Amino acid sequence: MQPDTEAALASLIAGASGKIAVTGGGTRRLDAVAGEPLSTAGLTGITLYEPGALTLVVQAGTPLDVIETTLTTENQRLPFEVPDLRGLLGRSGNSTIGGTVAANASGPRRIQAGACRDSLIGVRFVDGTGTVVKNGGRVMKNVTGIDLVKLMAGSQGRLGVLTEVAFKLLPVPETAATLVLHGLDDATAITALSSALTSPFDVSGAAHWPGHGTFIRIEGFATSVAYRSAELQRRLAGFGTVDAAADDPWPAIRDVAPFHGAAGDVWRLSTTPSQAPALVARLAPRQALYDWGGGLVWLLTDEGFDLRAALGPFAGHATLIRSHSALPTFHPEPAPIAALTRGLRAKFDPRGLFAGAL
Amino acid sequence: MDMPLPDASVIARRSRILARLAAALPADALISDPVETRAYECDALTAYRCLPLAVTLPRTTTEVATILRLCHEEGVKVIPRGAGTSLAGGSLPTADAVVLGVARMNAVLETDYPNRFIRVQSGRTNLSVTGAVEADGFFYAPDPSSQLACAIAGNIGMNSGGAHCLKYGVTTNNLLGVTMVTMQGDILQIGGPFLDAGGLDLLGVICGSEGQLGVVTEAWLRILPKPEGARPVLMGFASNEVAGACVSDIIKGGLLPVAIEFMDRPCIEATEAFAHAGYPDCEALLIIEVEGSPAEIDDQLARIKTIAQRHNPVAYRESRSEEEAKRIWLGRKSAFGAMGQMGDYICLDGTIPVSELAHVLRRIGELTASYGLRVANVFHAGDGNMHPLIIFDANKPGDLELAEALGADILRLCVEVGGCLTGEHGVGVEKRDLMHVQFTRDDMEAQLRVKDVFDPDWLLNPAKVFPLDVTASRRVA
Repeated sequence: MQPDTEAALASLIAGASGKIAVTGGGTRRLDAVAGEPLSTAGLTGITLYEPGALTLVVQAGTPLDVIETTLTTENQRLPFEVPDLRGLLGRSGNSTIGGTVAANASGPRRIQAGACRDSLIGVRFVDGTGTVVKNGGRVMKNVTGIDLVKLMAGSQGRLGVLTEVAFKLLPVPETAATLVLHGLDDATAITALSSALTSPFDVSGAAHWPGHGTFIRIEGFATSVAYRSAELQRRLAGFGTVDAAADDPWPAIRDVAPFHGAAGDVWRLSTTPSQAPALVARLAPRQALYDWGGGLVWLLTDEGFDLRAALGPFAGHATLIRSHSALPTFHPEPAPIAALTRGLRAKFDPRGLFAGAL
Repeated sequence: MDMPLPDASVIARRSRILARLAAALPADALISDPVETRAYECDALTAYRCLPLAVTLPRTTTEVATILRLCHEEGVKVIPRGAGTSLAGGSLPTADAVVLGVARMNAVLETDYPNRFIRVQSGRTNLSVTGAVEADGFFYAPDPSSQLACAIAGNIGMNSGGAHCLKYGVTTNNLLGVTMVTMQGDILQIGGPFLDAGGLDLLGVICGSEGQLGVVTEAWLRILPKPEGARPVLMGFASNEVAGACVSDIIKGGLLPVAIEFMDRPCIEATEAFAHAGYPDCEALLIIEVEGSPAEIDDQLARIKTIAQRHNPVAYRESRSEEEAKRIWLGRKSAFGAMGQMGDYICLDGTIPVSELAHVLRRIGELTASYGLRVANVFHAGDGNMHPLIIFDANKPGDLELAEALGADILRLCVEVGGCLTGEHGVGVEKRDLMHVQFTRDDMEAQLRVKDVFDPDWLLNPAKVFPLDVTASRRVA
């Protein structure tokens, strides 16, 4: 099924008699979903682009690269630096903007510019009853009614099928620079990143790639980037020599390139930066990659290793990104939260068409 | 404005309900004497008032849970209240409801600089959150104009913003997690001190839900390192259109000021007469503030000046000292006080796409003339959040109704051009009956379903946000 209008999509869902497997570009979905395939590829096109208002409204099936190309012509971008997980997950195809939103896919700039959900200002979607719902709009400030925009971001297609999404954009900065520290152990590296992130110098990337370096990115006008780089070099001098990075490491960090093609399971751990090194040390993974100043850790582990059991209770959660084991993809939720999640799914998808493990 | 009739069975059981609350709470946590509950009969939307059944002022999450569980058992409605500064009547009581105020819950529970968060009780005022961390070089970014008085609980309820949200976002962009009590009395932790909470974004739904889903008692808030400095520039223009075009060019130019404030001629004249800030004689005025080191500020202001000069400003004044910066902000910060001198006023809160700014200001002028009233405009131009102030005479019969009708027309205009009914004040009771303008029945039904899940008995903050006809069947159930 590949409807080419929102109305056609709504009538398909209203008339559905069994489970539906909604797919955008097929590049991000983490858990297998049984059901009749329903592609959003027919819902494409930019509905509205106002560079002077930093606003984009776009059909959910629009390929991400089409959007990026369009924004480049006006020297603007989506603020949240979308990760490309094809290499990690062994997928082909082109990501869609709807899939990006459904996964709340957010890259290294998350620490400064926010997640996908923070830039998302409006949605249209078709719920499990076949009803078209609109929420939010195309303005940056909006507190009219209950915020279903945020609820749809990261909902993994469990509540409805997105048909249109609206974003606030940012201008592409004049320049960017990356500083690197070499040879730091994980705990020292995270302390160095925290020091950078608690400075007034507006860091837009903070990652530790063991064996490669500890990286700090600054973006903006050239004079400002030069000034802030120098100040950060001074501030971090106690951690060793602070160099300008020779190459741009951020695409590799964003896309978890160090794990591409490597055997083993891949986990994504969300926690506070301070706890991260000790948690990783306890897990002794094959490899680790710290982003978001240490608040996001990618881990390559032995196949079938139950990382959650090994961690025990901690402040945060772990998602199994790539595996052939039967371990659950998403972190089990505390009972009262799980009850609310179930309640919302039952309301938005009363027939359970969009089944999945969330 | 209509409110539903109070539940007679609850009123009849008043003494029993009060006795149960009194037995379960510390002596000073329950107020039932009408002389004392009068202080809670309205919030900052003072046009509507109603004495509640009682007021509770708990000090702990456990006490909040006790109150909610008991009210749930008794079928008593609960009105959550922060500091009572809502301009939309978000915490207007009803006669059959218990007000639950969190103002006494104002402690800082945890400050963590390496991980850049603070955990506070939700009754803490906005400005005092920054106050708790500023000596160490940090601040909490959302800065509603009422920040000296308003509580974090209300900020979360209304997803509050402020002048600086163009760069730093609103509450939902700075909220990491909450401890919340449901109407049934269950204590939940949603999100936490980390950036990515996983699962459905329940935190995103709670933020801005206007007390419809639960009572937030604690919050993890993102704190940011303070910039090295900030400096404003003031510029005057010959028309609203030109000022609007200048805003758009600055944003397109890759600049991200922390604030872009816009005042129109009536507003400039009123504030000049009141505060004598020395503003230029012009049709529209912008105050733009940028941040960074002194050299970065100079660089950004130079770029802004280049862009502004293309629009032939009739005045351009850069602050060079703390004193000059204060003078530039003086008029803007006195604007609401100045309007108060002109008469009573209603402060609207519509949001529009920035590209529609000039058109909307022109239409507001026409509408205002047709009503025979006066309107002054001051707003956050970077994000299109307008605050037209409609001036009227509360002592003149019919004037309030006239002003309200004009306000409704202006908000309809905001929606018509692609904007929304409220950018930061919330819907409350004030804009409840205009929700039809922005949402279809299906759009609203989807929102009601979220309420059904969190508060199945529809006891929390009744008759707010959603039009009464839309919620009628749920409220009787």
